Amino acid sequence: MADVSVNLAEQLRELPPREFREVVFDVDDLGVSYSGNKALQEVSLEIYKNFVTAFIGPSGCGKSTFIRCFNRMNDLIPTAGVEGTILYHGEDLYGPDVDPVEVRKRIGMVFQKPNPFPKSIYDNVAFGPRVLGMTDALDDRVEKALQQAALWDEVKDRLKAGALSLSGGQQQRLCIARCLAVEPEVILMDEPASALDPIATTRIEDLMHELKRDYTIVVVTHNMQQAARVADMTAFFSVTRGGEGQRTGILVEYDATSKIFTQPSDKRTEDYVTGRFG
Amino acid sequence: MSAAAGSIRRGRPRGLWAGRLFLGFLATSLAIGFLTLGALLAQVFLDGYKWVDAVLFFEPPSADPLIAGARPAILATIYLGIIIIVLSVPLGVGTAIYLEEYANRDRWYNRMLEVNIQNLAAVPSIVYGILGLAFLVRGIGLGRVLLAGGMILTLLVLPTVIIAAREAIRAVPDSIRQGAYALGSTKWQVVWRQVLPAAIPGIATGSILALSRGLGETAPLLLVGALTYVSFNPTILGDFTALPVQIYQWIARPQEEFRTLAAAGIIVLLAILLTLNAFAIWLRNKYERRW
Repeated sequence: MADVSVNLAEQLRELPPREFREVVFDVDDLGVSYSGNKALQEVSLEIYKNFVTAFIGPSGCGKSTFIRCFNRMNDLIPTAGVEGTILYHGEDLYGPDVDPVEVRKRIGMVFQKPNPFPKSIYDNVAFGPRVLGMTDALDDRVEKALQQAALWDEVKDRLKAGALSLSGGQQQRLCIARCLAVEPEVILMDEPASALDPIATTRIEDLMHELKRDYTIVVVTHNMQQAARVADMTAFFSVTRGGEGQRTGILVEYDATSKIFTQPSDKRTEDYVTGRFG
Repeated sequence: MSAAAGSIRRGRPRGLWAGRLFLGFLATSLAIGFLTLGALLAQVFLDGYKWVDAVLFFEPPSADPLIAGARPAILATIYLGIIIIVLSVPLGVGTAIYLEEYANRDRWYNRMLEVNIQNLAAVPSIVYGILGLAFLVRGIGLGRVLLAGGMILTLLVLPTVIIAAREAIRAVPDSIRQGAYALGSTKWQVVWRQVLPAAIPGIATGSILALSRGLGETAPLLLVGALTYVSFNPTILGDFTALPVQIYQWIARPQEEFRTLAAAGIIVLLAILLTLNAFAIWLRNKYERRW
């Protein structure tokens, strides 16, 4: 597996055995379709607390679609349909009396392209607490979130400056801070570093290592090295073509990252991680 | 000279005359528009500038052109402007928010609404005047008052406000809405705290341009009963005139002096409208955002 430049010693870190892991999400036979076209089907896996879980795979394999199921962002697309179940701490995330707004409060999201609001740095971080009515000691909350996102030292003297004046990497860390300010349990990251330069990417990855202690992180990435560097568990998705040529994403293999990158049990995973495909 | 250099310097380019002809056509079109406007402005300005004085601003109209002013008309135009803004901005922005953020485009009635708003923007203003006369003045018995005039001008500019507000709302990128939803905002919070503030510069620009269109209108006001001779200050529920109506009346007078007075009135009206438009452009440039 010399094709993937990964420090294997680091990858072989011990994960707690199965029975000591707390399951945050239990996904069972999940499928997503847009206007009746299946984008993703038959996905079953578990996401564990305080783990970084990475979804890798070629373009169009449904990994971004999948991550958007966890905070019900697919609800915002009228044509999207979700079947199967996702249990969040044993509760059906798509149950009839679940409020998607409550879901998104507990399960935050960072997007592919930094999307700060056209407001000040302070107001960006304070937005979540304000809409959720968590306005006690707002200044402290904003400071704490910015510190957790490793942005505080760079912006503490210009909190009133516009967020759009920050660099791309800073904007993305601001979006992470914005997400942390509402104290979620889970952070979903949809290719959080794909629009950033290598130095900014490294900072985001370091941040994921830090945040893992307090949060559960799910990250979609295009970049295999990134998955290998940051993730405890990795899920590899691929594409099947149906009879009429429609592309549907499937889960090929889900295992400890070290296993996925060194001894994958599926030929397709091996081809992908060694760079022979994708 | 080498063969290679020769090959790119060969003869006259193809289509040279067609290109020149087309350019000439474009320049002519531009010149016709510009020169007409320029001649008109120059003519009016030379005719009237001496009469733009304190009398024009502070005196009521009179049968004697030397002491006749346009105070009631100028005041009424200001009142009309306030009524237009107060009524058309909330209604127009509300409609735009519904159409952009809430309406399901798969429903036939929403599509019909959209098409009809486009059509309304193209309806001649006199038709609005007839509607105002039939519905506001007689139908609900408002009478020939300033408020009726303001309301009919509001209806006239409403489609323009809606279209401008929709464009401003549509220009707010979806990533902003998604970011707000992902933090646990409700739809109301997303619209009210993110989309609308980000769209305000565009909405303001469109509203001001619509206002300046409304203030220049004469025909619908004549139909809802703007009087041509009002010597007292207007009130919301009283008789009224307006600057364009006053100008129209002065031009119709036989005496040469009144035409000069009309030119002075036109200068004032143009100054108001051009100031509003310049303000709108300034606003747009200042707050224009690149996402």
